[in-house]
Amino acid sequence: MSVARASCAARLGEIAGAGHTTEDPAQLAGYAIEGAAPRAAVRPASSAEIAEIIKFAVSERLAIVPCGARTKLGIGLPPRQYDIALDLTRMDRVIAFDPGDLTLSVEAGIPFRQVQAALAEHGQFLPLAPPWMRRTTVGGTIAAGMDGPLRQLYGTARDFVLGMEFVTGDGVAAKSGGRVVKNVTGYDLHKLMIGALGTLGILTRINFRTFPAPTGARAMIACFDAASGALDLPRRIAQSPLRPLTVDVLSPAAHELLSSAVAGQADSRPPGESAFREGCWVLGAGFAGDESACARYERELRAMAAEAGATGAVVLSEEDTRVFFARHREWIPLVLESFADAAILRIGVPPARMGEILEMATNAAGEQGLRCAAIARGAGVIYFALLADAARRDAEKAALAAGLIQAACASLGGHATVPWCKAEWKGSFEVWGGESGAVAQMRKMKGVFDPGGALSPGRFVGGI
Amino acid sequence: MDARLPRDLQKLLGRDAILHRPEDLLLYEYDGSVEVARAQAVVFPQTTEQVAGIARLANRYQTPIVGRGAGTGLSGGALARRGGILIVFSRMNRILELDLGNQTARVQPGVVNADLSAAVAHAGLHFAPDPSSQKACTIGGNVAENSGGPHTLAYGVTANHVVALQVVTPEGEVVRIGSAAPDAPGYDLAGLFVGSEGTIGLATEITVKLTRLPEAVKTLLAVFDTVDDATETVVEITARGITPAACEMLDGWTLRAVEAYVHAGFPLDSGAVLLMDVDGLREAAESQAKAVADVCQAHGAREVRVARDAKERDLLWKGRKNAFGAVGRLSPTYYVQDGVIPRTKLPATLRRIDAIGKKYGFEIGNIFHAGDGNLHPIILFDARDPEQFRRAVGASDEIIQYCIEMGGSITGEHGVGMEKDRLMPLLFSEAELDLMRRVRDAFNPKGILNPGKIFPAGKGCGEIHVRPLPTAGAATPA
Repeated sequence: MSVARASCAARLGEIAGAGHTTEDPAQLAGYAIEGAAPRAAVRPASSAEIAEIIKFAVSERLAIVPCGARTKLGIGLPPRQYDIALDLTRMDRVIAFDPGDLTLSVEAGIPFRQVQAALAEHGQFLPLAPPWMRRTTVGGTIAAGMDGPLRQLYGTARDFVLGMEFVTGDGVAAKSGGRVVKNVTGYDLHKLMIGALGTLGILTRINFRTFPAPTGARAMIACFDAASGALDLPRRIAQSPLRPLTVDVLSPAAHELLSSAVAGQADSRPPGESAFREGCWVLGAGFAGDESACARYERELRAMAAEAGATGAVVLSEEDTRVFFARHREWIPLVLESFADAAILRIGVPPARMGEILEMATNAAGEQGLRCAAIARGAGVIYFALLADAARRDAEKAALAAGLIQAACASLGGHATVPWCKAEWKGSFEVWGGESGAVAQMRKMKGVFDPGGALSPGRFVGGI
Repeated sequence: MDARLPRDLQKLLGRDAILHRPEDLLLYEYDGSVEVARAQAVVFPQTTEQVAGIARLANRYQTPIVGRGAGTGLSGGALARRGGILIVFSRMNRILELDLGNQTARVQPGVVNADLSAAVAHAGLHFAPDPSSQKACTIGGNVAENSGGPHTLAYGVTANHVVALQVVTPEGEVVRIGSAAPDAPGYDLAGLFVGSEGTIGLATEITVKLTRLPEAVKTLLAVFDTVDDATETVVEITARGITPAACEMLDGWTLRAVEAYVHAGFPLDSGAVLLMDVDGLREAAESQAKAVADVCQAHGAREVRVARDAKERDLLWKGRKNAFGAVGRLSPTYYVQDGVIPRTKLPATLRRIDAIGKKYGFEIGNIFHAGDGNLHPIILFDARDPEQFRRAVGASDEIIQYCIEMGGSITGEHGVGMEKDRLMPLLFSEAELDLMRRVRDAFNPKGILNPGKIFPAGKGCGEIHVRPLPTAGAATPA
């Protein structure tokens, strides 16, 4: 290492201003990843400053990890090296919002909530309902590849990000895509950036297609004695003409966790309580439309739920629907707060195989004596939490169960990663789910965008 | 070309899978654009292994290779600009797997777009991207160009519907990218690949999403006296947050050309029409149709006609999708642009196109995807007259320049290819082009795959070159 701690912070201060640079250990602790703090943190105000910072880091062989609200720094492998936390929260402006064109351009560090508030004034929204919604930045949500319940109808970020600006690992400020809703000019480099955890470039601006916010959204909640019925309903919905906003299934433990977490709070009444039975699987399907469309959704969703063997079904009021969605959305943070030793898998499988995978995963957890909880999205994504207990030295058991689940997913044409688990457990897990056949091609991309390896080294697939 | 190469290709593929006589090669020297380039050999592989073998031979002989589907492309993407071997995928046209439960299909690249939709219609599904050439164009070509079509307004372009690919690299390796299951870990290489215009690999298997057909479709034809009224209508439909499944505009000049050919029932004396689909649940289609009709009437629509049945709907859409064939009857050569603008700028842009036409002495027709701001101005000219050709290019460049000034883009769905490479510096800095070149070179290190596409040949400025005279242009844009 060629620069002393002091000169690193001093140089960063020259670039971004001394007031926007820190080497105070107390502050740096807030930027720690898996217990390791950086040597300095800097809050640049422009992509030009970011380019300078990167060039400095490359010349001194320092490693940079970008961050926003720091809610998801634990995702992925711990960085091999971590010298500079590049905090984007000063870059928090709406660059352009054209409500008539339904397009939006924002700086990456803008809080997600602030964007939604600006859009809401015009009856619009971004159809992403990511976890940590109250704190997360737009850049962090996109860089971490977060999804949310709304993907049932709207897809994921790759479906409505129109373009991006970013700074590469050799300090080049570049863009791809644009701000129009249809565009095939040049390579879609921005697609590579989604979910790349800042390993290819530092996102500075993101352009979106916006959507009219659905008004009067409601949700049907149906309860089932067994997973098979609850997971049969998404299949029936997919084969019907209905186009619901969300279709999520909660395992009994996942649902109990949500209910118990709000007990004692002012709005503690779990929406849809009357339909719930002890130990039931819960399916929530959100929908919106005018009165006649909503009446039809209500009628047909109830009928399909009954055919799938639901023991009860209710349709929530608009207000209760909002509460229900907000709780679902925050399920991952809730698990992580409630269980210090939880490991959460993110599973992707062909939707029709979700039932098999859930049964297999539940058995795998049971065989290791671990409790588990899961949310399954209709699109074929399951968040599966292994609720381990440190006192019982469960790490090994959790890793064993995760390995079995990952192998089962692979055999069904899917995959499973472990975005969240305790830092000291990461060595025992295949965090990225084993080598993908395309990892050599991915390394080529890393070599193009970040030849010096300065950006988030080692956090990503295959140790990229 | 090395004399041993045709022999080696024959050994690899069989005698009936290679063309190299000049009169045969002539058929493959053009596509739907105004560009021309001739390969030294055209080959028809049947398997992924054969494609990989061709790539390895090309490396050994240092010869370019270029993939080609049906040759309906509009930017010269499937032309062998630097000669070499044209790999035509027409014999790799099998649907390999239909997974109706998971709503996906795995297909070979030569499967015709409309054939896939036809194959899954019985299950109430379809492949949503619908370029106007969909009865001929292939899914491999759609992947290369990230094709659009009228209904991509609501359903998204090809990239939104491709989840996984088997790819032969320019060095002859076979790799799989993406996954039929959602959210494959790692970089979204499938997202990068779709729309890379055949410059980073050759797709030999494509896994696509299938989309449920809507329960109800209503097709509306709104008739306006002026282009302004029609474009203002589109602006307001967009601003009100109504997303029709499709929203196409035909101006008076174009619809008269179309009507003479297709007899779709377009009113001959109107200034412009909007052809729109609304779809979804019966109830939703009903209320959307009413909302759309209200906006049309508020902007002075003379008439809003709702197609009474599927037959009338098909006829109206036939008029739209065959428009470029109709234009081809008027002139042997025409030039179609593909610029995109923010939708709020539609009225000003159409006025500007009209003014540019007057300045250069052309009547410019407009038939385009109004709902997503994707223009297709048509300039008819006589290719035998170099002066006319120069003026056509001049008018076209001025339109593109205006699109860029409005915050738009130079191509919405046709691709850059060998037609708009010289315009790339208008949108991207040299550093950005260099980054994209390095992405290409990482996959295509020797530059043997589809050379001379996307990137301007020389470094530097956006200088406008006059290209060789075109010889064909009967195109069918999306």
